[in-house]
Amino acid sequence: MPDLPGPGVSAALITARGLAVAFGGGPVLRDVDLEVRAGEIVTIVGPNGAGKTILLRALLGILPPARGRVTRRAGLRVGYVPQRLHIDAALPMPVRRFLSLPRRQGAAVQARVLERVGVPGIEGQPMTTLSGGQFQRVLLARALLAEPELLVMDEPTQGLDQPGTAAFYRLIAAVRAELGCGVLSVSHDLNVVMSASDRVICVNGHICCEGTPQAVLDAPEYRKLFGLGTGGALALYRHHHDHAHDHGGVAEPAALEPERVRDREVG
Amino acid sequence: MGLLDDFMVRALLAGLCVAAATGPLGCFVVWRRMAYFGDATAHAAILGVALALAFSISIFIGTLGVALAMALAIAALTGRGWAVDTTLGVLAHSALAFGLVAVSFLPNVRVDLSAFLFGDILAVSRHDLAVIAGGSALVVGLMVWRWSALLTATVSEDLAHAAGLRPARERLVLTLALAVVVAVALKVVGALLIAAMLIVPAAAARNFARSPEAMAVWAVAIGALSIWAGLRASLIWDTPAGPSIVSVAAVAFALSLSLGALMRLR
Repeated sequence: MPDLPGPGVSAALITARGLAVAFGGGPVLRDVDLEVRAGEIVTIVGPNGAGKTILLRALLGILPPARGRVTRRAGLRVGYVPQRLHIDAALPMPVRRFLSLPRRQGAAVQARVLERVGVPGIEGQPMTTLSGGQFQRVLLARALLAEPELLVMDEPTQGLDQPGTAAFYRLIAAVRAELGCGVLSVSHDLNVVMSASDRVICVNGHICCEGTPQAVLDAPEYRKLFGLGTGGALALYRHHHDHAHDHGGVAEPAALEPERVRDREVG
Repeated sequence: MGLLDDFMVRALLAGLCVAAATGPLGCFVVWRRMAYFGDATAHAAILGVALALAFSISIFIGTLGVALAMALAIAALTGRGWAVDTTLGVLAHSALAFGLVAVSFLPNVRVDLSAFLFGDILAVSRHDLAVIAGGSALVVGLMVWRWSALLTATVSEDLAHAAGLRPARERLVLTLALAVVVAVALKVVGALLIAAMLIVPAAAARNFARSPEAMAVWAVAIGALSIWAGLRASLIWDTPAGPSIVSVAAVAFALSLSLGALMRLR
């Protein structure tokens, strides 16, 4: 794994300052300050209805800020993996055509990116016949074709089982290492995702706490929000984190659930 | 120019122009579930006819204006709490009712309403044909120009947004195209059946097509076939042209279901 730029070394890809967002008539988010730098995996966690997706949409510029502002680096290339994508049965959409939305991509490029995300040779299949895991990987492949400097993912592993989720985040870590892109994702899947992140931001209408996965996990705000006791997910998480810590401070996604991940090796 | 003296030739050309526009636009109507939207906009055309006759302006301009206003009103009103089908139901039938009432108020004008409700393709003049061809070319041009952006926004507005496109603008393109199609197709199939020309060929095309582009091409082909066969049937059996065309399209849809099933079996 190449050296990753530490905090403060590279300029922020995307920055929010004093961001407030209203949706459906009422304020949903307030006082959000955050930034994502190149090579950094940042995960937004929070309970249902905390405004995670709203935050992501505001950062992407889909929702206008009610207050504050969002600054994207000029000409920033964003790859976006949406939460759920329903392709209407009335719309015939083979994988090959989907990858060319909105820009045409050659067959060789498509074959390469599908291979990279672990679903080679499915160009001709209709999107509606893919399994949940295949579908998410095709979404990721499409996002990668934009050669993103920032990869934005909204609950990309929803509907995947835990080994599938772990494998997906392993793939993300590898992609980050190859492209050096920043990764900003939203998740409520605590134990797997948190250990796969460099930085975690816990959101519930505002930013409750943020920092390294361990720091967030120890924060009283976080524990109150998720009602974590000493057992369950917390214990599981600590186990994972111990592995990551041994590898030198940066949460190392490959260290999570090593046996099961290897079983489900990409491809 | 002797060819255009034949009313059948003019009718056929007008129909083919409309089919070229309704094919790709109809696909988007089907993909985006805008069938009711198309219906409401088309029904508003009758109000446009009434206003055009009352103010002695071109019927094409009258229907285009009212259809555009209707489409924009629907776009603005939907997503404001009411269920979309309720909003469209209210607007579509109100526009039709107001239009029919308004026509009845027109003094000294005996209007043949059925010509506007069911089309009057056999009475297409050279001037009508020029307007229909121009409007259809505009719609086809819009569809080709915006195709990739329209398709991306149809799959997911967020995805389009993240790719630097503006989904709101693409929605406006569709709204505009729909209003133009309503205005040019009024003479060909009539206000009541314009939506059918949009939806039925596209739905039939779905059973053959394996890509969005193929579906649009199939929809044009099925629409053109319906126009041709419908006109022939209308001539032979003296049936109203608009309904005959839509009937052929409906039969094509039924056939496509079984043919599509056969193709999948192979």
